[in-house]
Amino acid sequence: MTTLTKTEDSPAPTGPDSFLSVRDLKVRFSTEDGIVKAVDGLSFDVERGKTLGIVGESGSGKSVTNLTILGLHNPRTSTVEGEIVLDGKELVTATERELERLRGNKMAMIFQDPLTALSPFYTVGRQLSEPYMKHKGASKKEAKDRAIEMLTKVGIPQPKMRFDDYPHQFSGGMRQRAMIAMALMCDPDLLIADEPTTALDVTVQAQILDLLKDLQQEFGSAIIFITHDLGVISHVADDLLVMYAGRAVERGSVREVMREPKHPYTWGLLSSMPRLDSSVDEALEPIPGSPPSLLNPPSGCPFHPRCAFRDQVPGTLCSDTRPPLGEGRAAACHLTAEQKQTIFIDKIQPRLR
Amino acid sequence: MSDNLTLPAQQGPSDATPSSTEPLLEVEGLTKHFPIYGGFPIKRKVGAVQAVDGVSLSVGVAESVGLVGESGCGKSTTGRLITRLLEPTAGKITYAGQDITHASRRQLAPVRSEIQMIFQDPYSSLNPRQTVGSIIKSPMEVNGIEPAGGREKKVRELLELVGLNPEHYNRFPHEFSGGQRQRIGVARALALEPKLIVADEPVSALDVSIQAQVVNLLQQVQKELGIAFLFIAHDLAVVRHFSQRVAVMYLGKVVEVGDRDSIYNRPRHPYTHALLSAVPEIELDGGSPEGRERIRLSGDVPSPISPPSGCRFRTRCWKAQDKCATEEPPLVQLSGNRAGHLTACHFPEEPTTEARDEDVVLDPALKALEGDAD
Repeated sequence: MTTLTKTEDSPAPTGPDSFLSVRDLKVRFSTEDGIVKAVDGLSFDVERGKTLGIVGESGSGKSVTNLTILGLHNPRTSTVEGEIVLDGKELVTATERELERLRGNKMAMIFQDPLTALSPFYTVGRQLSEPYMKHKGASKKEAKDRAIEMLTKVGIPQPKMRFDDYPHQFSGGMRQRAMIAMALMCDPDLLIADEPTTALDVTVQAQILDLLKDLQQEFGSAIIFITHDLGVISHVADDLLVMYAGRAVERGSVREVMREPKHPYTWGLLSSMPRLDSSVDEALEPIPGSPPSLLNPPSGCPFHPRCAFRDQVPGTLCSDTRPPLGEGRAAACHLTAEQKQTIFIDKIQPRLR
Repeated sequence: MSDNLTLPAQQGPSDATPSSTEPLLEVEGLTKHFPIYGGFPIKRKVGAVQAVDGVSLSVGVAESVGLVGESGCGKSTTGRLITRLLEPTAGKITYAGQDITHASRRQLAPVRSEIQMIFQDPYSSLNPRQTVGSIIKSPMEVNGIEPAGGREKKVRELLELVGLNPEHYNRFPHEFSGGQRQRIGVARALALEPKLIVADEPVSALDVSIQAQVVNLLQQVQKELGIAFLFIAHDLAVVRHFSQRVAVMYLGKVVEVGDRDSIYNRPRHPYTHALLSAVPEIELDGGSPEGRERIRLSGDVPSPISPPSGCRFRTRCWKAQDKCATEEPPLVQLSGNRAGHLTACHFPEEPTTEARDEDVVLDPALKALEGDAD
């Protein structure tokens, strides 16, 4: 893999050197209605100690990607192609036993809804201790000490007493803290957070986001942070991947993408969201239409039926040919770099200020 | 999306049109306590969820009032009390000069058609067994309204108005996407030409790219048909975009109310400060949010079964003193605030959202982690 010219603040994918490397990942589900191309040729890298944010709407394949990394997809109904390399280890072809050794140990996940992700049947303490005893061969006592240490770290009051509580005795924000504690029990190198704050209130969300950031500095894990909220992503992530219809449409550092987005879909997302300092007299600029069905995704560029700028691309390029996503800072779009810049400066930027 | 609205001018069934000075809807001391029963063998009342406790607000003709707060603060219950889907425990609801707090079904009938509701979840608020046509038609059937040209024609007009294809009259809800379903919900709410729409989180179940479509539609409806809105949402940016006045609720009480500019730029209540500072804003320059204050509360909202005494926010407030526990702060206009900007706080904050010299971090975990780093 060649490393393209990169600017100082754009950690472009570095191919095999990076900690997690996903190449040309394709995940398909066979359903009664046909084959769903949930992920269609996705490549990205995550570096140690960095956070990769993945944004996209529901059905854009962001959750499926991460379930596949953890090997949590159903092998009977889904087919996976491509490669996922975690710290030199190929995960797509790994056996269930090998994956079991990695899950909860080297890689861990924080789910969206902590009420359904925690078992109502076991105490929080037991659920926290179990992976630690399994992976580290620790005794019950050691695991308990570790669990209480982690509960303290994530800010659960009276952790010694809370250790024996059941999840229903925790409030929503506390459950999510317990989930984070559980994910961090074995000091994982890779943490996947799938919409970890979507079910929470804003004031609690702000606490949890800061907590994740602070904990990352302490533990140095790589984090994949999945969300549909660009505001959240701009706070927590270093690098950003924008997904649409199972593909990555734009990639770059958060700073680059927020300052000068290059894909019409990202433009649409940014200008359709009201902000606390945006003008209230102007109507929002929504993206027309609705997200495509992955049973029958549009040909060529999947965004072309909703794209306002496809008439600037000659011929039927947009509906025929799928635009490639280059390495590093890139956007999968047929518009030329000059066109993008002109459109952004003339039409998009004024809306955002 | 249709650009021209072709509905006839407002002509509600009742002629109690309020004068422009009088608010369309006035709520005073509205309270709803849900009883909790327990005990064996005879169940008796052991407590109450104080969902809404003395809420007062008003909505003017064609005005949009936003109601924000976190989950469990009673904003949805307030909406349901106003539409009289729930019976208030205490307080008074006046609609167009008429007291409807405990009005009977028969007395309510003419008012019901003027107050409509849009629900959060477009999947569960539409009957899957009915066609779109009959869903939108049924309010007219229930109220015995026969518009000129027939109900079907009216439904087709409404479908067009909300940006759906009138040909889809005979389709079922499952054939539509989430955003389109929410449009059906809007069309249903408009079928009786209401004067007030209570919209309970109308866009929070929708995808980001679809939210703006529905917000724009509601705004267009509000402006061009002159319908008043009570817009209930937890997304502060959406509420700011949609509402001229905003009320902030915390644990069943309104803690601050005022015009949009006052609430968002000159908040006084510590909770409003905390709420605004928690909004994850996109930093378009790619930098960190340096200009804004950073307040991180600790823990979650307390239970409304036994709310804190005095000021309900005091358990999470950084300015709380003894007075806050004993004395409930009244909702009053503080000196230096604009008319209509009311705050319920003994020790109000400075009216600015600029960054402070020192961040307010109450969360114990954050405190510990950030303390280490220094």
